[in-house]
Amino acid sequence: MATPRVLVLRAPGTNCDQETAFAFERAGGRAEVAHVNRLLENPQMPAEFQILCIPGGFSFGDDIAAGKIFANVIRHHLNETLTEFKAAGKLVLGICNGFQVLIKSGLLLADVDAGPPATLMWNDSGKYEDRWVRLQTEGESCVFLRGIDRLELPVAHAEGKFVARDADTLTGLESRQQLCLRYDGHRIGGQIGYPENPNGSQADVAGICDETGRVFGLMPHPERNIDATHHPQWTRRPACEHGDGLQIFRNAIAYFA
Amino acid sequence: MTLWEIDIHPAEGMPDAEGRRIAADAGDLGLPANLTIRAAHGYLLQGDLEREQVERLAAELFSDSVVERTVVAPIGDSLLNQSPEAFDGQPLLIHVLRKPGVMDPVAQSAEQAIADFGLQVDAIRTLRKYWVGGLDSAEVALFGSKILANDSIEQIMLGPLELTELHVGSPYVFQLVTVPIRELDDDSLWRLSREGQLYLTLVEMQTIQQYYRDLGRDPTDIELESLAQTWSEHCSHKTLAGRIAYRDENGEQRFENMLKETIFAATQEIRRRWGADDWCVSVFKDNAGVVRFDDQYNVVFKVETHNHPSALEPYGGANTGIGGVIRDPMGTGMGAKPVCNTDVFCFAPPDTPSQSLPPGVLHPRRVMKGVVSGVRDYGNRMGIPTVNGALYFDPRYLGNPLVYCGNVGLLPVDQSHKQPRAGDWIVAIGGRTGRDGIHGATFSSAELTSESETVSGGAVQIGNAITEKMVLDVLLQARERGLYNAVTDCGAGGFSSAVGEMGEEIGAEVWLERAPLKYEGLTYTEIWISEAQERMVLSVSPQHWEEFAALCRSEGVEATIIGRFEPTGRLELKYDGTTVGQLTMEFLHGGRPPVVREAVYQPLPVQPLARAGEDDSSEFSRIPLRGEVVVDDEQDHSATVKKILGSLNVASKEWVIRQYDHEVQGGSAIKPLVGAANDGPGDAAVLRPVISSNRGLVIACGMNPRYGDLDPYRMAASAIDEAVRNCVAVGADPQRIAILDNFCWGYTDRPETLGSLVRAALACRDLAVALGTPFISGKDSLNNEFSYEDADGRRQTISIPPSLLISAMGQVDDVRHCVTMDLKEPGNLIYLIGLTHNELGGSHYALVHGLTGGQAPAVDPDLARRTFAGMHAAIRAGAVRACHDLSEGGLAVALAEMAFAGGWGARVSLDAVPHGVRPGDTPSLESILLFAESNSRFLCEVAPNRQQEFEQRLSGVPHALIGQVTAEAELAILSTADGEQRVVVAADVPVLKEAWQKPLRW
Repeated sequence: MATPRVLVLRAPGTNCDQETAFAFERAGGRAEVAHVNRLLENPQMPAEFQILCIPGGFSFGDDIAAGKIFANVIRHHLNETLTEFKAAGKLVLGICNGFQVLIKSGLLLADVDAGPPATLMWNDSGKYEDRWVRLQTEGESCVFLRGIDRLELPVAHAEGKFVARDADTLTGLESRQQLCLRYDGHRIGGQIGYPENPNGSQADVAGICDETGRVFGLMPHPERNIDATHHPQWTRRPACEHGDGLQIFRNAIAYFA
Repeated sequence: MTLWEIDIHPAEGMPDAEGRRIAADAGDLGLPANLTIRAAHGYLLQGDLEREQVERLAAELFSDSVVERTVVAPIGDSLLNQSPEAFDGQPLLIHVLRKPGVMDPVAQSAEQAIADFGLQVDAIRTLRKYWVGGLDSAEVALFGSKILANDSIEQIMLGPLELTELHVGSPYVFQLVTVPIRELDDDSLWRLSREGQLYLTLVEMQTIQQYYRDLGRDPTDIELESLAQTWSEHCSHKTLAGRIAYRDENGEQRFENMLKETIFAATQEIRRRWGADDWCVSVFKDNAGVVRFDDQYNVVFKVETHNHPSALEPYGGANTGIGGVIRDPMGTGMGAKPVCNTDVFCFAPPDTPSQSLPPGVLHPRRVMKGVVSGVRDYGNRMGIPTVNGALYFDPRYLGNPLVYCGNVGLLPVDQSHKQPRAGDWIVAIGGRTGRDGIHGATFSSAELTSESETVSGGAVQIGNAITEKMVLDVLLQARERGLYNAVTDCGAGGFSSAVGEMGEEIGAEVWLERAPLKYEGLTYTEIWISEAQERMVLSVSPQHWEEFAALCRSEGVEATIIGRFEPTGRLELKYDGTTVGQLTMEFLHGGRPPVVREAVYQPLPVQPLARAGEDDSSEFSRIPLRGEVVVDDEQDHSATVKKILGSLNVASKEWVIRQYDHEVQGGSAIKPLVGAANDGPGDAAVLRPVISSNRGLVIACGMNPRYGDLDPYRMAASAIDEAVRNCVAVGADPQRIAILDNFCWGYTDRPETLGSLVRAALACRDLAVALGTPFISGKDSLNNEFSYEDADGRRQTISIPPSLLISAMGQVDDVRHCVTMDLKEPGNLIYLIGLTHNELGGSHYALVHGLTGGQAPAVDPDLARRTFAGMHAAIRAGAVRACHDLSEGGLAVALAEMAFAGGWGARVSLDAVPHGVRPGDTPSLESILLFAESNSRFLCEVAPNRQQEFEQRLSGVPHALIGQVTAEAELAILSTADGEQRVVVAADVPVLKEAWQKPLRW
């Protein structure tokens, strides 16, 4: 099989596109960064790619709400294209702002009558924060998390608190193993407190996948932990070859091997 | 046409976070704690919209139905005024709207997003609204102006919103304005300068008058404004780059150009010495200093201040401060890619009582929160990691806080120089021009008063980071494709400065009516001098214009031809074909009469360290007063360590640091917070600006306003030593450190104030040459004073302490060789490197004990150079497990920080500490060894098996093995006196950590 091609889709205000493309390349893919306007001009463009990634940043300034305007651009113009992309058995990844876009665009979780079944709202802390978190995976369904049990990554966001529309929605997602990435830490009464759960997410959710496990969104930044010197404590530890986050990109590339 | 309002409330069961935040802030201000507050935010939409269309927008664009609910109605509908829940009694409804013309990025984005629905609105504005119960009518004004809104950019409306339409701007009718100055007497010239906000001196006004007398005509308003902008202190640095007659104890010295003969001269001397090994590329020339990084890239660095705007509107001031300094590297050479930010702030203590604030002053806590949010929102949105910074507190920053913002950029070696060409189009890209920021350059050069807010409101702005990010995206692509010949930023002075500077050697013709405007009604002069944000000016050859314009269109960036560079040596300004201004470049850039100033410096006699005297009545007093000598042998050193750790300058800044994205771009190697729990105070940040390479950039700073009160020379030398040793502490090569100076001083028309600045500049020259650390860029901000009338009607002035920030940019061959300051392993050895002297003047020991006098730390330049070289060799050899520099709080505090960052303890003895303390020095030897802030010192942790190597690398400089890392989290410092060993500091490490983290854990 030829080297899988990755489309890293940026919008005005996207700012993690370069390092995300770099992470895919390091994992063995061939990555290309394109402005969403190119996709609007040529909706057939994704057909040539196997993986689509919406990276982190502040698309359209995160004005109104994080990822909201980009999500609407997708709803209005790219829904068909991207639904086809998913149906073709390809992979979609949303990191941080990309996760916010995926969940608000309906690409990750199909809308119910009242709208999207879940959202990412303001952190309980009320502010943007950059900090490292420990994470634990749940279930086997997510393609991107295969073979990963635990990992450490940084989060850097203001609007990352996962909230489901109601208790049934949350239970449903859980039973289908879609709540596939959770914040890890000390549990007090079953709950993980701040800052280990950095934003107050329900069920400590850090990332979710769709029912196929091929569409995945997460708040932490795997592209910020691919190098031996990315981890905040690398000077305290024996040298390692690469960071935990690289495996997520490798899994995506390996899926097409 | 209807004016619709869409209100967004938290959904049933969701917290009202904004309401709670406001209630908490009200509590801080001393308003009743039982205020009931409910908050909502909303949008006003003006246009031909049907109800169902507005409801669709409310549901699909403006709200999130999982967590929010909406109220939609035309303005005037009482539904909009209904409080979201029952109050005891009738709550007061308060609306907050931005003043017309103030940047509203959310509204701008919303307009675009609505268009994407296939709908059209004529105007849109955002609003915030609050229902408040429990506030009496006397408190409303206070609550509104101190908590809810800032008068300089926002308006408050009590009760239901009574707007009929959103309205900005009105058509402009062209009228050429000339200013008759040829006949004015000196008084009238002076008045014209002040009242017209030109802020030129009388001599400058007279020079202009003579120039126009010779021409036989009067100037137009735009010509006067151009001269005022170009000749402003902010743009021309006329004081420091001017003639100064300086006197000190060594006699008189005359400078033709003070900066050139001190700071630039040092760099020239260093470069001469290096010869073929010179790694400076472009210094003190372009918008930022440029030095070599590797074979492919150069790096550029610039630090600016944005003090006066931040005093009036902290969020907007800091926001546009960081936005502005990012454009400096973008406008350096052919445009650098910004790779990191650095931010240093000086505030009054956040616990300053509200009642003690002079009129016109915002509370320092509010200033601090606003400034941090402003930097956060802009830097994070730009996708530039903020990796380094510092906070300093002093009561004298009350009316005049300092906001230093810096940016580092990466520039391909072959793109490091620019050359605008005659015949090129002058092209403006990015944000539109509005009335914002008019007179920013002249305003920043004037002294702040309690009336500044009303006089200079136009100088306060809000930025729109995404516009700048979009400009950056197209700029880098256009650079790669070679589509322009030169680029510069629109900063202070707007087009006037950008075009004036770029066309200095050629000449330019500008067609002002072509500049895209935010709204109608701007005069040609306003267009020319507006400092509206997020604009860059490029020189584009006609054959590249089509491709350049297409690239900008493809990313939604506006690009407009506003003129042409013409080989005339003249600046010709036109509006709709009429010439409105004509100046020779020669007069514009070379016509300013030299400023000649007197500067005096008289060294203060050294006073013994002593308790502040009773007559030290003013908390803003600068002069250390005499008092009784305090012999503090009885003092509890463990308590002192805790006090210093909990003092504001030393205390953890984690609350600030975590709000900045310090890892975007993927090159973070040493983060600002380090250690076992990622919360120890790192000395410098390290990043890999090219992610495919392991070569690193090291960013640090040094600043000691407290030393300046005693000795500005030592203050400057100490700041340089601190900035450099911070870089060295993480592993930077001391042969590859470039530095920047930012002088923030008081009113330099006073000879003593200017004298202390010159004294500091002399130290900069001496130290830079001795250490081989070239200055590559710098900037000054003078007249940092705040004046007001006190309760008795007397005019009071608070001058800031002399505040020299030194920023340092170092390099490491391979980031994998870097070290951090946290203790790593019990059993490892602890070394102290460097000499300790009786230097407690201006120290934090003195601060927490209320002592004045004493000697500020000096720098022994030769010892410093050798120490840095030895430290680097030891780190490079891998012999150092942890390294921390000694600064505020000296040895005891540095060791405590290393211990709690590593989660271990330490047991050390003072007995072997190399020192130059003389018998009989006061206070006690112990106090000096524990807390003196002598320069060029480090603590190192060394594994026993690397002991020999470590000692060999440091054989040429004073160093001593003083103790060990211990597994018990306890700090024990011992000392032997009269043959008896005593424990002088004993403390639980977690207790010390808590003392350090608590004060600013907001």
